[in-house]
Amino acid sequence: MNLNKIYALGLRHIYLISNSFPRILDLIYWPTVQIFLWGFISKFFTLNSEYYSNTIGVILTAAILYDFLFRASISFNMMFLEEIWSRNFTNLFIAPIKISEIIISLTLTALVRTLIGLIPAAILAVPLFGVSVLTLGPSLIFLLFSLYLFGVTLGLLVTSGLLRFGPSFENIAWASLFFLAPLGCIYYPIEILPPLLQIIAKALPLVHIFEEMRNILMNSEINQFNILKSISISVVYFVFGVIIFYISYFGAKKRGTLINMGE
Amino acid sequence: MFVQIKNLTKIYKEYLAVNKINFEIKKNETIGLLGPNGCGKTTSIGMMLGLITPTAGEIIIDNKNLNTFKRDEILSRLNFASPYVELPKKLTVRQNLEIYGRLYGISNLSKRLSEISSDLDIKNFFDRKTGELSSGQKNRVSLAKSLINKPEILLLDEPTASLDPDIGDFVRTYIQEYKKQNKVTILLASHNMNEVERLCDSVIMMKKGKIIDKGTCESLIKKHGRNNLEETFLELARRNDES
Repeated sequence: MNLNKIYALGLRHIYLISNSFPRILDLIYWPTVQIFLWGFISKFFTLNSEYYSNTIGVILTAAILYDFLFRASISFNMMFLEEIWSRNFTNLFIAPIKISEIIISLTLTALVRTLIGLIPAAILAVPLFGVSVLTLGPSLIFLLFSLYLFGVTLGLLVTSGLLRFGPSFENIAWASLFFLAPLGCIYYPIEILPPLLQIIAKALPLVHIFEEMRNILMNSEINQFNILKSISISVVYFVFGVIIFYISYFGAKKRGTLINMGE
Repeated sequence: MFVQIKNLTKIYKEYLAVNKINFEIKKNETIGLLGPNGCGKTTSIGMMLGLITPTAGEIIIDNKNLNTFKRDEILSRLNFASPYVELPKKLTVRQNLEIYGRLYGISNLSKRLSEISSDLDIKNFFDRKTGELSSGQKNRVSLAKSLINKPEILLLDEPTASLDPDIGDFVRTYIQEYKKQNKVTILLASHNMNEVERLCDSVIMMKKGKIIDKGTCESLIKKHGRNNLEETFLELARRNDES
């Protein structure tokens, strides 16, 4: 594992962001809009819902955590798509960099991109709505880790699709997270789902993350088993994502699509 | 032999793109890869770069089989330039070359960047975004990227395509000079016969995925009774092989 190469690939994306003010603005804009939207929804439900009656900020905290997942996944996809859009794919894949180094670099840089967008939005939520994600305490780190790992896994699966089907798979990249969101039980408890969907939902880390978030905020309790379960499931999915990525990469080499990958 | 291509074959579903080609390249030799569009040149280069998995055959570089040896160790000794492959447009020339310098593990990178920017006369637009450059400027930057690691093997796919005669000549002269000063083995795919005659020690003619002839430019011209390489190319490309 060569850290200089991992850094170099990350630097490519850091330069891309730092060279363009609209890109920085774009990274910050959407999470901020989300905070405003869900902040007002959260306020409304807090005042008018029995379920959320004494728990100001549960919905907004859920929105912030979900946005973290969303940004991690989209960041991973975007960085891969950037290579396709800029027709840099061949240069990248003939460079002496291991596939594992590419994955690590994209994974770490996705975190940087995500935090650039989310930190200002999360800070903004404190004075505007009196909600701080830090209320979750040390558990926050573990919940974010689990979300991040799952977000990157979704990114890996979408980029595997891009390798397999080419740039036409791009639309799926945007749709992937919306597909899983209903099963993630982000804003509602799992009991709302029909029994069959509950079984499927439990196989995702999202349910355990958001159930635990609600548990901490509403009951002031920490269920370590729930956190451990969410991380374990995320790790399993991550390993699965990496395997699929490798399969797609070797498949693309076999089909000869790496050399012509571009818009 | 420095590069050995043995029975290299690529089949895409039913389509035979490269059909059991065999050739060798000596160290520091420049070989031209010629043939009409769709004859398998790019596929062959793709296989040599490790971007395409061969259906059969072997690529041996300095006694190391590309299919079994560590990918990144062989790739660090190679590089590639083509007008059809670009560098990120939103990054400056300096940023792009810095990133590839790091990816290729270049020690004393700033010295190398200074060297190569002077050699290829790209210093005056070193801090401009790559997407804002003219074709000729982009081409020189692409060449700079391909030489950043001082490759032992350089694969060039139509390096002067779409360039005006002046810039085209600059690039050809630069490659000639670079070859004199550095030990480099070059495989050059081109449709410009003058370029091939000027740069290549010998040529390989491909058609429909096969090698149909090979030799020095002079020997091929003489063998086919033509006046120059362009006429020889046309004769081979248009010849009905069924007869």
